[in-house]
Amino acid sequence: MDLSFLVVQFLSGLASASSLFIISSGLTIVFGVTRIVNFAHGSLYMLGAYFAATLIPRLLDLSYGAPSFWAGVILSALAVGVLGVVMEVLLLRRIYRAPELFQLLATFGVVLVVQDVVLQAFGPQDILGPRAPGLRAPVEIMGRRFPSYELVLIAAGPVVLGLLWLLLHKTRFGVLVRAATQDREMVGALGVNQALLFTGTLFLGAFLAGLGGALQIPKAPATARMDLDIIAETFVVTVIGGMGSIPGAFLASLLIGQLQAFGILIFPKITLVLVFLLMALVLVVRPYGLLGRPEAPAGAHAAAFGTPLRPWSSTEKGIALVVLAALLALPLLGDVYLIKVATEILIFGLFAFSLHFLIGTGGLVSFGHAAYFGLGAYGAALALKHFGVPMELALPLAPIAAALGATLFGFFIVRLSGIYLAMLTLAAAQILYAVAFQWVEVTGGDNGLVGVWPAPWASTRLVYYYFTLAFAAAAVLGLRHVIYAPFGYTLRAARDSELRADAVGIDVRRHRWLAFILAGAVAGLAGGLYVFLKGSIDPSALSIPVSVDALTMLLLGGLQTVMGPLVGAAVLHSLKDQIMPLTELWRMMLGLSIIAMVLLFPKGLVGAFEAARERFAGGGR
Amino acid sequence: MTERPILEVEGLAAFYGQAQVLFDVALVLRRGEVTALMGRNGAGKTTTLKAIMGLVSARARKLEFAGHSIAGLTSFRIARRGLGFVPEDRRIFTDLTVFENLEVGRRPAPGGAEPWTPERLFAIFPNLAEMRGRRASEMSGGEQQMLTIARTLMGNPKAVLLDEPSEGLAPVIVELMARAVNAMKAQGVAVLLCEQNLAFASGVSDRAYIVDRGHIRHEGSIAALSADEALRDAYLSV
Repeated sequence: MDLSFLVVQFLSGLASASSLFIISSGLTIVFGVTRIVNFAHGSLYMLGAYFAATLIPRLLDLSYGAPSFWAGVILSALAVGVLGVVMEVLLLRRIYRAPELFQLLATFGVVLVVQDVVLQAFGPQDILGPRAPGLRAPVEIMGRRFPSYELVLIAAGPVVLGLLWLLLHKTRFGVLVRAATQDREMVGALGVNQALLFTGTLFLGAFLAGLGGALQIPKAPATARMDLDIIAETFVVTVIGGMGSIPGAFLASLLIGQLQAFGILIFPKITLVLVFLLMALVLVVRPYGLLGRPEAPAGAHAAAFGTPLRPWSSTEKGIALVVLAALLALPLLGDVYLIKVATEILIFGLFAFSLHFLIGTGGLVSFGHAAYFGLGAYGAALALKHFGVPMELALPLAPIAAALGATLFGFFIVRLSGIYLAMLTLAAAQILYAVAFQWVEVTGGDNGLVGVWPAPWASTRLVYYYFTLAFAAAAVLGLRHVIYAPFGYTLRAARDSELRADAVGIDVRRHRWLAFILAGAVAGLAGGLYVFLKGSIDPSALSIPVSVDALTMLLLGGLQTVMGPLVGAAVLHSLKDQIMPLTELWRMMLGLSIIAMVLLFPKGLVGAFEAARERFAGGGR
Repeated sequence: MTERPILEVEGLAAFYGQAQVLFDVALVLRRGEVTALMGRNGAGKTTTLKAIMGLVSARARKLEFAGHSIAGLTSFRIARRGLGFVPEDRRIFTDLTVFENLEVGRRPAPGGAEPWTPERLFAIFPNLAEMRGRRASEMSGGEQQMLTIARTLMGNPKAVLLDEPSEGLAPVIVELMARAVNAMKAQGVAVLLCEQNLAFASGVSDRAYIVDRGHIRHEGSIAALSADEALRDAYLSV
């Protein structure tokens, strides 16, 4: 390893840092003003890449040369900027006051819609972009060949940083953006039209995402997976740099670019692990990122809880018993397929219930809960496949594996709150996903692990159904007990006011850590039950869509109700089961449904039902 | 013939969630006049201003500014009609420089009026002139109070809702605040002034209202209020 090699590595690290910065700066500007973390930022990036990959070749056909290429890049970014405006006017404008969980979910709905739109519009094939005219030949640096386009990228980052600085400090729009980042209500009280300001900000943010995507095209093809790949990285950059801080995003991009360039030499497969370690280190030393500033401690608005939980009335106890009896009697219908679907619903209901405990009781909005579901599933599967442990022993290992993972990640996660916490949970899940995907020798990579079957005595659908029902019912009742125990009260106190809970002597962080581990363990149990039902496991069990499925179940069922997640799981899973085989546009429908639910029923189906009942009971009010 | 007041409020009720905090508040602010809204902590002074400004959920039988209803308008539209708001907690943009803070407040002056400029404001608040390029986070509380008033005046308002400008400030700075209120009045800007400090209010105001537990309890000249010990004891003294 000689000096020239290190220099070239360093330069390519700078180039990827530039790309990362351009994308992240857009996310951080939008967050600063609107306080919304735009999950769809990765989708805008992807659209920029697709636009550029299809537009630039046509422009080059008309007139081959560098001006056509760069005009194509700018036009693609502008088009994405316009889409950002559309998104602001149609969606974001309506949810600025919504709890952040709903904001994230709604923008994730956009992610799902864009995925299907891209597939329909551009087809499933990756699209190779053209190379930049005049920059095709590599340059020689200390005797090594280096792509000349990367030199342009290296310059692009600082240029964008400089232009953004000018925009934000030398124009009225920029001054207003910075003022609104601090106190948007006051900006409004001074006569500034916030709606226009926000729309302008979304244009800028989306433009930057699109620019990042378009600039990427000569290096890598446009693919339908690049949205979620980039969003996790972008989250990491903004969390390390500090939310809303553009210089912070620049600094963090530089660090991550170099870490990846050199990390790949030491730890070739899982550079993401190094990135996570960096993020963990930064967050322990500076919980709000390198150049970020503390958010005001979030009160109850963080997850929007209206009515306090109350114990079940005798009617509700009756309903619960009837439901349990119905579940016990369900196999009498004798339909094997129904039993399978019911088993799945039980498993996802349990998974959603553990997330509900974390969010509803703990106040910790996790966007990566699939990590612990997957850890449980992989834990049991690995024990069985690699060590020949029988199911009876492998299944208990599932919650243990998940709890261990939750202990490790939770240590960092509970140091944060609100949006930082949500982003860190997502990043943690993406890291586990990357490990499962890349560590082929152990996890089987993309193919996963197959042949993970239950012990012979539990292998019929019927027995496994009762087996699952027993575990799910026990875990749900156990968690319910915890919610109404002093530990649950303590968590809810800390959820509603962290400062007051702290002031009366509650170790908020420790309680939250325990809650995180407990929720992780229950999710792990669900994962363990899942793997023996399916007989196999692959990395998609840990992926963002699985985390979002669980959140959607909560949204459907409502956050305020203890039994909501089970209802949500039943509704979502049956819908998926019925509709998914009928249409190719399942994701778009799911995405639109999530958006519609956030806009129409922010309290979920059960919450809407309860509100209606209260209004009815309230009579003439 | 008397001119219509610049601000007329009748039957104003405001809510925080389910809790009602203002009940049937009625007040008028006449053109070019300084009117004090007096009351103890938590009496509803700030909420009255915020309700007029569209910053808390409220309803009113009548809420008219400069002859037009402003009920239900968003705060930026109310501000653009020419009603300025100076919050009690100042809400300076601490990341911005003094000059940039003024820029955020800048709005064109209505026809004919001489617009406020940073230079004219620096004449009233000489301290600000020396620190125009400084970040607002590096200012003292009194300097921030000057800046927040100056920032609102940059919008060339016809009237200003001014929330407790004397609170927590050194006597010499309070003196400056009184000068600022008088300067606004001289410019023809009407001021609705929330205060607990009777000495300050009586020095600058023409009339006064007393608000207590969300109700208006008294209306009259400031001189009459200063003279009425029973009234002061009932609603103002701590």
